[in-house]
Amino acid sequence: MTSPASTDSVPPQLSAGPRPAPGPAADEGLARRLRALACTAPLHDLDARKANLAGEYTVYGMAEIALAAIDLVTLNMDFDTGADHDQIVARLIPRIAAQAPRRPVAEHERVARWVLENLINVGSVDRGFRAVYGTFAPDGSYVRRDYDFKLIEEVPGYGGSVYLRTTDEAVNVLVGALDTDVTSAQIAAEVKLEVLISRGRLADAQLAAEQARYRTVQYSETLRRALDATRRNVRAVDWLQAVPDMIAEALDHVADRYRHENAILTNIRKARDESEDPEHKRRAAELVDIVKDCIRRHTQLQSRLLEAGPLFRAEQDRQAFATPMTTSGIDLYGHLVAPVLPLPVEQALRVTDAFFARGTGLRTPVAVRVGDLVDLLLTPPLEREHLGAEMPEPDLIATPDDSRFSEEQLASARELLDLPADAPRRLSGLLAEARRRDPELPYLVALLAVHAASPPVGTAYRQGEEKLLFAVDDGTELDDPEFGGADLIVGTALLDAAGMAADRTEAA
Amino acid sequence: MTEHVEWSEAEATAAPAHAPVTPADAADAARLVAFGLQPKLQPARDQEYTELLRRYREDPPFARLADAVAAGLGLVVLEVSPRAGMAVTAAEDSVFAVRMGDYARRASADSGDRFLHGLAHLAVAALAFPRPEDLADDGYIGRVSVNGVDAFVRQACRRLEERAGDQGENTDPATDAPGLEAAWRIWARRSSTGATKDARRLAGSTTGIVGKAAAFLTDSGFLQRTGDDAGGTYRTTARYQLQVRDMAGSAAMAELLELGVVPVTDGTATLMPTEDTDDLELAAEAGLPFHS
Repeated sequence: MTSPASTDSVPPQLSAGPRPAPGPAADEGLARRLRALACTAPLHDLDARKANLAGEYTVYGMAEIALAAIDLVTLNMDFDTGADHDQIVARLIPRIAAQAPRRPVAEHERVARWVLENLINVGSVDRGFRAVYGTFAPDGSYVRRDYDFKLIEEVPGYGGSVYLRTTDEAVNVLVGALDTDVTSAQIAAEVKLEVLISRGRLADAQLAAEQARYRTVQYSETLRRALDATRRNVRAVDWLQAVPDMIAEALDHVADRYRHENAILTNIRKARDESEDPEHKRRAAELVDIVKDCIRRHTQLQSRLLEAGPLFRAEQDRQAFATPMTTSGIDLYGHLVAPVLPLPVEQALRVTDAFFARGTGLRTPVAVRVGDLVDLLLTPPLEREHLGAEMPEPDLIATPDDSRFSEEQLASARELLDLPADAPRRLSGLLAEARRRDPELPYLVALLAVHAASPPVGTAYRQGEEKLLFAVDDGTELDDPEFGGADLIVGTALLDAAGMAADRTEAA
Repeated sequence: MTEHVEWSEAEATAAPAHAPVTPADAADAARLVAFGLQPKLQPARDQEYTELLRRYREDPPFARLADAVAAGLGLVVLEVSPRAGMAVTAAEDSVFAVRMGDYARRASADSGDRFLHGLAHLAVAALAFPRPEDLADDGYIGRVSVNGVDAFVRQACRRLEERAGDQGENTDPATDAPGLEAAWRIWARRSSTGATKDARRLAGSTTGIVGKAAAFLTDSGFLQRTGDDAGGTYRTTARYQLQVRDMAGSAAMAELLELGVVPVTDGTATLMPTEDTDDLELAAEAGLPFHS
């Protein structure tokens, strides 16, 4: 679907024979459905075009991958940013690998990138799609129209990075509820979920919960836009009534959803704990995660709503206390931007051209002398200093070594405690052996052993350690001239480093 | 020669009110205009510039001479003051004028791109001076960010889209008449950003177009870059305010009036903000400085 491919497709044939109820009223529904249909075209197009790729790619279900990609982007869209490009590719790969397990991973990644780039439609300057359809104008004439849409769009993130977001069109295509009201669809999805859970049909419940989450995401998107608009325009909105009403309404909505989703959560938790079937348990656990995610998103929305008030007041203050000026100037937005935008582009161009011609300032023309030009062209390119500036020699001050134990002692203690995994030892024996080596060493060994009583499992897990020293108290008293307490059993536990590494990447 | 020295001495003490013009005066006047042609030069940073500005204001014949030099070169003098310096701008068809074709190559071929570049400049100004008071107040310094400008235009486009949707209008343009497409759709349709191979801003995206406008205005001495947040943040200079207020705004307004878009009552007072500008949806105070 690079370039407006669907432009070539034949528009719906309506003109032949008696026209079915001509006029805009009958056509409006048709136009809406045609547009909805157009949104699915890029997905079909992927499967149609995969044969043209260099290589044998027909084994891959491209439409399936595309839908999975849209799912992933939608679910990873946060309130502020969007989904990370590489992350989406990484998460798509398992599904692609499942479609063709014998192919190399590099190919899987290429397929993932190809699908994602085609959903963005990187090849076109608008990075979107265009479909052509026909309608009857009010005067009965047949008009062909362009419908422009995007499925995944790229938005600027923090620090110049680019994030992905699914558009409303994509979300609508995805959930299959075309042209529906956001609020009512969310309520419907939640009611459906409750009924399903009460009847114990968890498989369907999960589907409904996922749909509810899509709706939740879409809802917060809508509100984010509304808040952005209110932040930009203090006077344009009625701060006395409309804005507080809007915020109160949204807060009510969040509270309502929160209550509702907590109720659902309790229900599913109960279902999860009571269920005997492990498959049911797993499903319910997944469902709990989804609903938790919904709640998290609502909480995020709520904190945004609470911030809006103070911001409004600050802006209000800034303007209200400014010295009133005699205004005799142009209101750039009201007099220029707002009237220009609805104009046909042919006319709008005259206004923007006029502004550009007189608003860009001046440029002193460059006069080139042939002599300079020859010199310039013959000068060898400047060698870049790739090593950079010389670093000053750092002025180091030796810190006094005030350690209680020396490095050698630590090495000796480590060696002593480097026990085979199948042969743990008593602390008393270790202390006696340490005393024979060095009278100071028992203190260090005792210290390490006490630390091992509460081994740093989390750190070892994160760092992928292969073994871990541990100590257990079995109630035996320590019989030692210098130390008292329990005669700990000290041993080494082997850790499954490879398994942990796999877990970590999954969790990441 | 002797005469010349004599005049220089006279000038140093106190310029006579009705003295004939000498080549030295003409050289000084041209020198002042030359300073004005370096828009990024701050008057306070250059003693000679400051001195010539003082002379312009205290010596009316010299001022007339400098104005004549500027006019002869095809320049319009906007203001001569210590804060803005010798603020000159290019008259129409002057060699100093910026042409859209030189500004952006695609713009000369594609009317959509041409519009986007023009609108970007208009939107930067609209966001830099959100209220009519801001444009009138000489002490006002506007602040804009690249992403903020894009978001602001997109918001306005979205309002129009919603309004069209509410009225049941079909805004999809006819296939064979691209010139009749509503202007806001061009911006709404263009992606706001895009990943590129070398991690630079995608030139054809709307943030790319706004970024280009901001960088160009910075080179014109109209904006000063203050940070890298939100795609680049900038603050306005006195020159930019003058340029927008006295040149660009009125020129664009005149064009709009010619299209018959703004109802004309008596031909002069239409630029006055009226009470019912609130009807224009996003209204007068659109686009306050961005906080995020």
